[in-house]
Amino acid sequence: MHSFGYRANALLTFAITILALMCAMASLSDNLNSPSPSAHVQVLNVNWFQKQPNGNDEVSMTMNISADLQSLFTWNTKQVFVFLAAEYETPKNSLNQISLWDGIIPSKEHAKFWIHTSNKYRFIDQGRNLRGKEFNLTMHWHVMPKTGKMFADKIVMPGYRLPEEYR
Amino acid sequence: MGWIGETIDSIKSIQIRQLLTQAVSLGMIVTSALIIWKALMCITGSESPVVVVLSGSMEPGFKRGDILFLHMSKDPIRAGEIVVFNVDGREIPIVHRVIKVHERQDGEVDILTKGDNNYGDDRLLYAQGQLWLQRHHIMGRAVGFLPYVGWVTIIMTEKPIIKYILIGALGLLVITSKD
Repeated sequence: MHSFGYRANALLTFAITILALMCAMASLSDNLNSPSPSAHVQVLNVNWFQKQPNGNDEVSMTMNISADLQSLFTWNTKQVFVFLAAEYETPKNSLNQISLWDGIIPSKEHAKFWIHTSNKYRFIDQGRNLRGKEFNLTMHWHVMPKTGKMFADKIVMPGYRLPEEYR
Repeated sequence: MGWIGETIDSIKSIQIRQLLTQAVSLGMIVTSALIIWKALMCITGSESPVVVVLSGSMEPGFKRGDILFLHMSKDPIRAGEIVVFNVDGREIPIVHRVIKVHERQDGEVDILTKGDNNYGDDRLLYAQGQLWLQRHHIMGRAVGFLPYVGWVTIIMTEKPIIKYILIGALGLLVITSKD
C-alpha cells in the first residue's frame, strides 16, 4: 500500500492535476481583460493597377498603418498576430478577404507601431471586378496565449475605393 | 494429502481471481481512454480533436511538440483563422493560417493558407496545379493550445524502442502489482 511506486504515482497525479488547474486558471483569467485597441490605415498611393493575362485584376498599393494594441497583452499572452485584410463583395463572391500585410507582435513594448509599406501579399481578385470597387480595410488580431484559449477580434475601417481605370 | 490439495486449490483460485481483477482494471483504463477520445470527437465535431504540431512553420506561435485543440463547426471559415487541412496525396495534415478567402453566394469557398514562419504561401504544398483549398480539405480550426505535451508522442513515434520499453515496463507493473 505505501510502497515507493504507490507514492510516486500519487505525487505525479497530484502534480499534473495542479499544473492542469493552473493552466486552466491562466486561460480563464484572460476573460477579465477588456481591451480597447485602435487602428488607423491610410492608402497613400496605388502603385499599379492592371489586368493579369489570365483575366484577373491585380492592384498594388502603398499604405500607412498605425495601431495601438497594447491593451491586448496580458500575463498569459505569448504573442499577437495582426493582419490587415481588404474585404469586398463582387457579383460572383459574397465575400472576398485578402490579407495585405501581417505581422507578429512579440511583446507589449512593440504593440504600438507605425509602418509604411506596400502590400506584402498580392491583391488579386477572382475576376475583373476591382475597377472603382469600394472595399473595407479590416485590422484583425489573433491573440496567442502561453496556454489555453485563443482570442480574435477586428476593427473594420470602411470607405476605401479603388481607381476607375487601370494604371 | 487432502490438506495440501486444499492449499494448492486456494492459491490457484486466488491467482485466477487476481488475474481476472487485473485484466478487468486494465480493460477499464483502455475503454475509458477510448470513451474520452470518442466523446471529444462528438463534442468538437472533428475527426481528430487533438493534434500535435510537427513542424516549425508556425513559429513562434506554435512550436514543435505543442498540442492544438481543434473544433469543427458549420461557421464559415474566415481569414486569420488557423486551420488544419489535408491535401490530396499527403498523409500528414498541416496546421497553417488562412490568408485569403473567396466565398461564393452558394457558400462554396476558396481558401489560401500560409505558415506564419514560411516566406511564401502554401500553393507549393498543395497538390499539383491546385490553387485553392475547399471546404472538404479542412479538418478543423485550432481553438486552444497547450505547450510541450506533444513531445511524448513525437518521441514515441521517432524512437519506437522507447515506446516498447514503456509498454513493457507498464505491463510488468500490472502483472506484479498486488493491489
